[in-house]
Amino acid sequence: MDTATFLVQCLNAVQYGLLLFLVASGLTLIFGIMGVINLAHGSFYMLGAYLAFALAPWFGDWFVTRLVVGVALAALFGYVLEWVFFSFLYERDHLQQVLLTYALILVFEELRSLAFGNDVHGVPAPEWLTGGFRLGGLMEYPWYRVFASAACLVVALALYAVVNRTRLGMMIRAGASNRDMVRGLGVDIRRLYRIVFAGGVALAALAGMVAAPLSSVYPGMGSSVLIICFVVVVIGGIGSITGALIASLLVGFVDTFGKVFFAEWSGVGVYVLMAIVLVWRPEGLMKRGF
Amino acid sequence: MASEGAGNELREDGADVRAEVGALPDIGRREAGGWLVPVAAALAIAALPLVLSPYGQDVVVRIAIYAIFALSLELLVGATGLVSLGHAAFLGIGAYVTVLASGDSGASLALLVPLAMGAAAAYAVVVGALSLRTRGVYFIMVTLAFAQMAYFVFHDTKVGGGSDGIFLYVKPVLAVGATTLLDLGQRVPFYYSVLAALVATYAFIALLLGSRFGHALAGIRVNEQRMRAAGFATTPYKLAAFTVAGALAGLAGLLLAVKDGAVNPELLSWHESGAVLLMLIFGGIGSLRGAVLGAIAFTLLKELFQSEALLGPMAGHWQLTLGLTIIAFVAALPRGLIGLGTRVRGLVSERAARAATAKSP
Repeated sequence: MDTATFLVQCLNAVQYGLLLFLVASGLTLIFGIMGVINLAHGSFYMLGAYLAFALAPWFGDWFVTRLVVGVALAALFGYVLEWVFFSFLYERDHLQQVLLTYALILVFEELRSLAFGNDVHGVPAPEWLTGGFRLGGLMEYPWYRVFASAACLVVALALYAVVNRTRLGMMIRAGASNRDMVRGLGVDIRRLYRIVFAGGVALAALAGMVAAPLSSVYPGMGSSVLIICFVVVVIGGIGSITGALIASLLVGFVDTFGKVFFAEWSGVGVYVLMAIVLVWRPEGLMKRGF
Repeated sequence: MASEGAGNELREDGADVRAEVGALPDIGRREAGGWLVPVAAALAIAALPLVLSPYGQDVVVRIAIYAIFALSLELLVGATGLVSLGHAAFLGIGAYVTVLASGDSGASLALLVPLAMGAAAAYAVVVGALSLRTRGVYFIMVTLAFAQMAYFVFHDTKVGGGSDGIFLYVKPVLAVGATTLLDLGQRVPFYYSVLAALVATYAFIALLLGSRFGHALAGIRVNEQRMRAAGFATTPYKLAAFTVAGALAGLAGLLLAVKDGAVNPELLSWHESGAVLLMLIFGGIGSLRGAVLGAIAFTLLKELFQSEALLGPMAGHWQLTLGLTIIAFVAALPRGLIGLGTRVRGLVSERAARAATAKSP
């Protein structure tokens, strides 16, 4: 492998890892704070991708506006969904949460099929992000992928700032380490839950919208992301944002380079990584470390 | 709603132990005296081929195979309190090993049964050893992830024909010398073999739960810390339960492969793992009969929702109806069909008590 190929693969790995981080961070926060295992989280990624597809004709080349509108819609959806569905799950045991959110996936998948059919749809990248830059002679790296990485990085930094530097973030961190104490101190925990959930949905949907031009939009795209995100959360440690970031990048690299070196056996790579982490540190790399 | 959820919670901190012991019946004790219903049911099912169409028999066989699968998971979820979301991996491995070992010329059942169950058990030992290092929600995610790994092995590589799967060309037989004792390729012997496997699995798990081993599992479910304090090394018990459950799922996989005459990676998909958990919830966690009842209810519901004759164009969107049914069901009946009887009885006696207090001056 020459340097240029290696660089391209590294960029791909980072881009994939950051995308995963957006989905996994919401998942890990929702579990860390509300104690809900949400199998339907992958559906929010799918929701974002289909929003990108559905909104594309309306906004034309106003790509960033489209992203903002899509994320706002997704956050609103998350807010309402927490209200009418997830707020009833907190008192239930994990088994019932698994089944109820599993049922939710079936409902979402079928609604998706009713609304958009079962075909694979392409979503065009905006005009100003077509083309790419040259990397060591023959290789060309597309600008859109650079944009995707940059956008995810900005959001990741913003998330870090919110969690670590704001009052809301303080409540989130407190909620993740001791839910009952936060409630006891008079924080409106229901509102906090609703905000965190809406935020998680918005992050996953943003990842879906950004990924749509790269991966196209297809049925079942949510569940593959969901399971990889579970791996990320297990490796990173539940409830830890920093852990999720490290784990996402690790998974990104293992998956990307696995595809280069092992071809058809590459699907196994990330699970072997998870097995190693489980042997080494069963509680994940960062246990509630933020 | 909330109180029911809390009573059913699989906690280890001992806070709700009293509620749990009351809420979750001790499987071994409660059903030990009740052999009559299962035996009568088995006899009734054994008589069914006399009246059922081949399609009807096919449905019964499918239900019986899923009942074996659900019973194997009940050993983990209901008896030990381990919620595994990756149980389909063992079903799939059992099925794939059956087809791969049969090859083009077929193989003897005497070879296939230990091979399929052994392979599933071997993977279960590895997955169990790793995933039992975690607990609670981690355990759910890790079992799901390892099942997905097995799915990818069969889906992406050429080991099992890739995403198309492979056909089972020659159905297994059991022969001594030149005489064939059992040919699973024929409908009626296969029907009774599946039924016998179901009865054997049911009896085996019932005996297991009644034994010292089963009581240790119940102890782990109710309060693992107390079990450890009492001097039980709990992890080997849990690993043993995980392995046995995997082996039994492998048996279900073998039967499923023979029934369908083909295998594909979707057998290992997490939809299957979710579906079998659903069967347990449908029937009622903490009861072997519940697992069988749940397999019946789930298979029939799916059959109903997919039937175009009854539901017309909605049949094409059966996932929607199924999903909404699950939500309604879990919300309304967290204890499953088995709990329905106690719930109705509870309501009746409550009403009677209220009427009595209202009458008394």
